This record gives sequence, structure tokens and C-alpha cells, in this order.
Amino acid sequence: MRHSSSRRVLPGFGLSLGYALVYLSLLVLIPLGGLVARSTQLSPDQFWDIATSSRALAAYKVSFGCALLAAVVNAVFGLIVAWVLVRYEFFGKKLVDAFVDLPFALPTAVAGITLTTLYANTGWVGRFLEPLGIKVAFTPLGIVVALIFIGIPFVVRTVQPVIEDIEAEVEEAAATLGATRWQTFTRVLFPALFPALLTGFTLAFARAVGEYGSVIFIAGNMPMVSEITPLLIISKLEQYDLPGAIVLAVVMLVISFVLLLTINLLQWWTANRHSGRHVDAGAQA
Amino acid sequence: MKKNLAKLVLSAGLALSLAGVAQAQTSLLNVSYDVARDVFKDYNPRFIAAWKAKSGEAIEVKQSHGGSSKQVRAVADGLEADLVTMNQPTDVSFLADKGLVAKDWNKKFANNASPYTSTMVFIVRKGNPKGFKDWSDLAKPGVTITIPHPKNTGNGRNTYLAAWGWALRQPGGNDKSAAAFVGSLLKNAPAFAPGGRDATTNFIQRGQGDVLITFECEAELIAREFGRGGFDVVYPSQSVLTEFPVAVDKVVDKRGTRKQAQAYLDYLWSKDGQENAAQNYLRPVDAEVLKKYASQFPPIKTFTVEEVFGSWEKAFSTHFKDGGSFDQVFAAK
Repeated sequence: MRHSSSRRVLPGFGLSLGYALVYLSLLVLIPLGGLVARSTQLSPDQFWDIATSSRALAAYKVSFGCALLAAVVNAVFGLIVAWVLVRYEFFGKKLVDAFVDLPFALPTAVAGITLTTLYANTGWVGRFLEPLGIKVAFTPLGIVVALIFIGIPFVVRTVQPVIEDIEAEVEEAAATLGATRWQTFTRVLFPALFPALLTGFTLAFARAVGEYGSVIFIAGNMPMVSEITPLLIISKLEQYDLPGAIVLAVVMLVISFVLLLTINLLQWWTANRHSGRHVDAGAQA
Repeated sequence: MKKNLAKLVLSAGLALSLAGVAQAQTSLLNVSYDVARDVFKDYNPRFIAAWKAKSGEAIEVKQSHGGSSKQVRAVADGLEADLVTMNQPTDVSFLADKGLVAKDWNKKFANNASPYTSTMVFIVRKGNPKGFKDWSDLAKPGVTITIPHPKNTGNGRNTYLAAWGWALRQPGGNDKSAAAFVGSLLKNAPAFAPGGRDATTNFIQRGQGDVLITFECEAELIAREFGRGGFDVVYPSQSVLTEFPVAVDKVVDKRGTRKQAQAYLDYLWSKDGQENAAQNYLRPVDAEVLKKYASQFPPIKTFTVEEVFGSWEKAFSTHFKDGGSFDQVFAAK
């Protein structure tokens, strides 16, 4: 990852950097810049009032809270899925491997409608949860379920290649040096996996924060309870209130950017620390 | 990079000019709300035949359907619609504010520019096990109602205004009693579906709720889709009259299609157009056609939004704007 700049394999640094900047500007920076610019049409007081209304605060809590919970669940179970797919041979492995990508491809509205049907109190899954007092569809829990669904491939696909790269000899070496299984995992394997896991977690989280299509069907959309920020933005647009919608969008943008930047810094820091100690165990990014 | 950009511009230009060629045959674009597909799928061939007979011109009608507020925003942002057929007057007023349709659009055609109407009714489980008769029954404890989002969807807004208007028109009814009634009605909604069709799915396929409140015309579509065995329709004592306003977009002057667009909308008021509406379970404004289809339209006392709330704009800002009566129901919790 951190090759020194004097050892470039491919020529044309100027051209490729120019291309990267133009490409990013056209597709990301200019639209987002326009969004921020339009939000300045409001006075700071107006902006603040809209951004901190009780409805908006409740919606941020739902959006970021559910996304965080879903990303944590995905980090744990995504790691297990990736581990199983790399380390074990079993019948139908290729098929299971292909299933992991489905949430990438499936239109999110289809996912939302299907999950709602499954988890409603009359659905195949929901009818067994109902007697236990667990309501999934039309509650914040339903939002988390939808976000877990759309986020799982991000974790599996980022962690999988790293697990593939960890040689079995590393574990054997740990065992011969007297490490217990738990020690092997926590001291040898996990540090090597952690940067990739963090990347997968970040991607799943970022994707979940912005998700709309799958969530609105299962959420119930009750104000102050199960209303996500993107729905509040749509609600503003339905009132022809474009400035209000832009305010919420800018707030989402800023919070997301700060969170992602923090996670990226954390990742850079751990990768740095880690690769300093175990040089060949997979200093990837 | 520059070369690539030039190529991109060139191909975009080519695509645009091809689109221009394709438009050589006269065509109309009807931008409409989501669930109007069936109505216009049946209507367009009728109009095309009538126009051919009258003027000798072959015409093509393209349809665009989507959530109505999103549709008008697309039109305001430059989608070249020759005409719009909507299900909320506020959507057409929005276009009037943007200068795309005449300021007095609702005077340009008869009946407030709405060629047919509908009303909000109750869909209940077969045999009406909970014995729903009127709006008051829906606010009772232990009842679960299924409705789309009252603030974000046209269907939900009409439901909200119907309930509010009903409460207001009860003996001794006032804004305070109406707010209290609507508040207890909404307490019986465990969720708000994102759209009218999803509310229907929640009620019919997922078995959510004792009663679904929706357009009268939607009841027939449910019957066609899911069969008549699972539900009954209950007509409350009073409900809101819902209008389906139409308007010509000024873009017709640029496209040279004013005559055709006007004719397209005028024809909605013809016997043929009115029959088409009736066959799609929209109440025709033509008394004769309404009489002919009387069996499918039981009499119901309706009130218009203008009568009870002054105007749609007023109703909208009092009830659905941020901080309006709908938000207050939830802020009070």
C-alpha cells in the first residue's frame, strides 16, 4: 500500500491524477458542492431550526442508530460467513458464495417488500416471532433487519480475500509456540483481519445510512419512532419544501463524512500499527 | 480527456437529434399519477380513434406515471409534458406557481377541471366482523386501521381530510373536536405505508389491520387483482369528494401541440370519456353516464375540500406543512 513514490510501476502520474480529479469532481464533488451551496440560501438561524427540530433529531437517531447496529451485526456475522466460505469445503459452497452477492443486485424495493411480507405478524418468520412478543415489521427492529440484508455482502467481500491470504502456517506456528485457540484468534488472526473488517463495516454502515428503498416498506414510518432521515427528506419534497430537504441532506452529508473520516483514520492507524509488527501477514487496504 | 469529452458531447447531441426525428409524428405526453395506468391505458385508444375520425391525424399518446408530487417536480424541472392529469389540486397549483400552467387552470375546464371524482371509503374484512359503519367506529379502542402516510401521500391526505371534515360536520363539531377525533383515529394506525398500493398490500396480502381506508376506485382494482371473496366495501355517512384535476402545460406552444392537448383533455368530458371513467370506477361528472352506472356507485354524501377547509392550499398549510395539525398529533406524544 505505501510504496514510495519514486518506484512507480506505471508512468503517467499527471494524466491519471488529472483524470481522477475530473472524474471525482463531475460525479461527486460538484453535485455535493451544489447541494451545500443551495443550503446557504437560508439564514443560519433558519438552517439551525430545521436541522435541529425534534422530528429531525429523532430521525437522525433512527437512521444512524439502526445503521450502526446493522453494521455491527454484519461485522460479526459477515466475518463468520467469510471464514466458513474460505476455510471449509462443503457441498454447495459455490452456490452459497454466489448468494452473498444477491443483496448487491436485488432492487432494494423488492428486498423491502419481501422482508416485510416475511416479517409481518402473518408472514413465514413473523408468525413465529409474534407469540414471543417480538415485532419486527413496522418497528425500528424491521429497519435494522432490512439494513443487515443490504449490508452483509460488503463485509463478506472485503474480509474474504484477506482470510484467503492468511497462510495456514501462521496458525500452525502459533500452535507450536503454545498459543491456545483463543490466543491464536485474538493475537494472530484478528489483528490481520481487523483493517479489512473495519473497511467492510464502514461500507456496510455508509450504505445503510443512505438506504431508502428497502427500509420504507418495513419501517412503519411513524414520526419520532421509525422515521428515517431520507423519508423526512422525501416528506419535505412532498411539501415542495426544497430548502428544508436540502438542509437535512447537508446534515446527513456532514455527519456521514465526519464518521467515515474518523473510521478511515482509525483504520489507517491500525493498519500502520499492525503492519509494523507483522510485516508479511497481509498489509493490505 | 478532451477528446473523450468531445465524443461525449457529440454522442449526446446525436441522441437528442434522433429524439427530435422520432417526434416528427405528433405525439402527446401525458404526465400522470401512479395508479392512473389502467384509466389511461383504456382511454388513449378511445381518444386516438376519435381524433383520427375528427381531424384525420394519427396521434400517439405516451404516458408517464409516478408519485404525483414527484411527477410535477419532473415537469417543473423540464420534463416536456403536453398535459398533466393528477390526483391532487395542489400538484397542479404547484405547476401554476412555476408558470407552466395557467394561473386559473381550474376554470379552463368544467367541474373545477376534474372530469371525474372519487371518494374515500372503508375496505373491511369479509362480512364486516367488527361492524364498521362510520368514521367514529374507526377511532374506537381495539381497532387497527391501515392507511398510507397521511402527510406524504395523496391517498393519506384525503383520508386525513375526510376524517377531519366528518368530525367537523358532526353536531357541535369544531376544530378542537376534529383534532381530538383525528388524533384518536391515528392512534389506531400502527404503521404508515409509504404509498397507497403498499397500504393495500399490507391489508390484503399481509393481513394487517381491520380496515383499509382508500379511494372507492381502488376497491374495484383490489377486487380485480385479489378477487371479491376477501373483503367488503363500507360507505361512511359522509366522506370527502376527491378530484382529479387536469391541465395543459404551456410547453405545447413550443411543441405545436396545443390543439391536440386541448382536444385530449376535452374528450375526457365526452360520453365516451365519461364511460371510460365509469368503467374504471371513477364517478363520472356527466349525470346521464352516472345514472347508467348507478349500481356501482352507491349514493354517498360528500363534501369538497373547498367547502370545509376553504381551499386545498389552506388545508395543506394547516394540516400537512411542518408543524401543522398532523405533526401536532405526534408532537403531543
